[in-house]
Amino acid sequence: MAAFVIRRLIQSVLVMLVVAFVAFSLFNFVGDPINNMVGQETSLAEREEMRQDLGLDDPFPVQFARFVGNAVQFNFGLSFRRQAPVAEVIGERLPATLELAAVSAVFALVFGLALGVYTALRRDGWLAQAIMAGSLVGVSLPTFLIGIILIWIFAVELGWLPSFGRGEVVYIGWWSTGLLTVDGLKALVLPAITLGLFQLTLIMRLVRAEMLEVLRTDYIKFARARGLTNRVINFGHALKNTMVPVLTITGLQLGSLIAFAIITETVFQWPGIGLLFIQSIQFVDIPVMSAYLVMISLFFVVINLVVDLLYYVVDPRLRVERAAHG
Amino acid sequence: MADDTHLDHRPSSEPPIYAPKASAAMIEAQEPAGRWRRAWDSDIAYSFRRSPVAVVSAVITLIFFIGALFAPWLAPQNPFDPASLNLMNGFTPPMTDNAFTGEQFLLGTDNQGRDILSTILYGSRISLLVGFASVIFALILGTVLGLLAGYLGGWLDSVIMRIADVQLSFPAILIALLIFGVARAMLPRDMQNDVAIYVLIVAIGLSNWVQYARTVRGTTMVEKNKEYVHAARLIGLHPFKIMVRHVLPNVTGPVLVIATIGLALAIITEATLSFLGVGVPPTQPSLGTMIQVGQDYLFSGEWWITFFPGLALVLLALSVNLLGDWLRDALNPKLR
Repeated sequence: MAAFVIRRLIQSVLVMLVVAFVAFSLFNFVGDPINNMVGQETSLAEREEMRQDLGLDDPFPVQFARFVGNAVQFNFGLSFRRQAPVAEVIGERLPATLELAAVSAVFALVFGLALGVYTALRRDGWLAQAIMAGSLVGVSLPTFLIGIILIWIFAVELGWLPSFGRGEVVYIGWWSTGLLTVDGLKALVLPAITLGLFQLTLIMRLVRAEMLEVLRTDYIKFARARGLTNRVINFGHALKNTMVPVLTITGLQLGSLIAFAIITETVFQWPGIGLLFIQSIQFVDIPVMSAYLVMISLFFVVINLVVDLLYYVVDPRLRVERAAHG
Repeated sequence: MADDTHLDHRPSSEPPIYAPKASAAMIEAQEPAGRWRRAWDSDIAYSFRRSPVAVVSAVITLIFFIGALFAPWLAPQNPFDPASLNLMNGFTPPMTDNAFTGEQFLLGTDNQGRDILSTILYGSRISLLVGFASVIFALILGTVLGLLAGYLGGWLDSVIMRIADVQLSFPAILIALLIFGVARAMLPRDMQNDVAIYVLIVAIGLSNWVQYARTVRGTTMVEKNKEYVHAARLIGLHPFKIMVRHVLPNVTGPVLVIATIGLALAIITEATLSFLGVGVPPTQPSLGTMIQVGQDYLFSGEWWITFFPGLALVLLALSVNLLGDWLRDALNPKLR
């Protein structure tokens, strides 16, 4: 166990170092950082002095080590565009994205489970068939088109829901939340559906496939023979055993939710980190770009690590196999 | 494909294999059509004819290809030639007379008076170009790396597959965005628009090579232990010659399937990036750019500016996707 955990940890740290290297190279290969900071009237001598002050003439490994040291404390310097510390710029945008991602994850999980169970139990019903066919079309629609279609129907034609922004937000400390006002909740509906729809179809298909598999097994037959009610069999026995893969996939998809939030946030002008990242690409705002890169990679690496470790804990076969191989 | 199990499905008009010797004249008469005849009777063509979904999506895909290829001759106007545009034609709804000029457009016009049908034809040109080029890029890169990793093994295999694992844990769209962002930051500002389309191709290609590399590596590892490869090694062929001449032809089937589905994915990725405003330059609008332009006018009721390009994108991606699904099933020996 310890050897496996240590090996996985080393792997994760290596990945993060590679990501940090890419983020660091952004600063170095993209023009001269001094030029980005000073005006044209700065003399060469002053520039040289600044270069020494900032440690930009140090050897490469020293600079990289300093960058990693700063990155660990989430210090990425000033945003070129906003002239404010990157941590601050991201900090004020982060709650918006996390709330959006959390709400759409819950939406995807609840509806995915319900529809998945329904389509598995009523496999030949017309509604189940229609849901499955609809999910196929849903998968082939690009995320941004789903958002535009929803805006067109619910914001433009029906006028029920707002089409952009977060609505009214309440501050709890530094955390801004839209979950406590009616306006904020209304603004959340369309973006959350847009972001969660793909994961919903994924979870639904997974639950359906797993349910169909489990319902064929012997212990379900035995349960029926014992005279248990359908409800106990379907939900107490069958659904329970499909939950492990479903939760794994949902966990792994959390990272994709944050990544795909880039698209959803652009469609709905949602003031989160995804929109910030797109703007930083358009304006070549390197500090924000590299901070986003490091942050999202950390997120992915941690999720993958946790899922791997959980697998190891949950699935005894993995332990046996590794022991046999030495 | 010499597969006798399918003889019973074939049209009965085909001469049975045990037919008495045909006269020389008959053979000569059949000869010119022979190749087409064989292609028509092959298993793939048979399964294609029997699948209405495959036929319909192939027809739609073909229409898009022809439309994109011959856009300059098919389109009613050249939407990127300012001389052919009339601003007075702006915002004409589909199939209605324009209030000022009285002109009519099948799918309406956008804010600058460009005919939507023409912009779709020219736009799918860009979409398909970027899609094809990036798939070819990913295919070549992935196949080469997969062949090397699978055939040579050792540390090279470990390094390539480790990189693949890491890349696979990130969504492709994020990788493409990052590569595009980095490239944009590194290029001088005045060059950005000229090379944007190539950068886009490389970015989408680099974000999708892993699938090819994994598949090719797996197949290569199976093939390299077969007797014909051993024989080739015994007669002293160079490893690279064995890889290219003997192993490569045997991995093309699965690669073709991935490439077809990859084309749909690349088209959607390109549209997404262009929609985000980090894709093709505004001077060469693709379907994604047009959807983005139209989104602003959705609120004032000009739905057709974004609706028709969106419909075109979904039709194109869906039919290429379905074609890929069909190809996967048709080439899968387990399903035969």
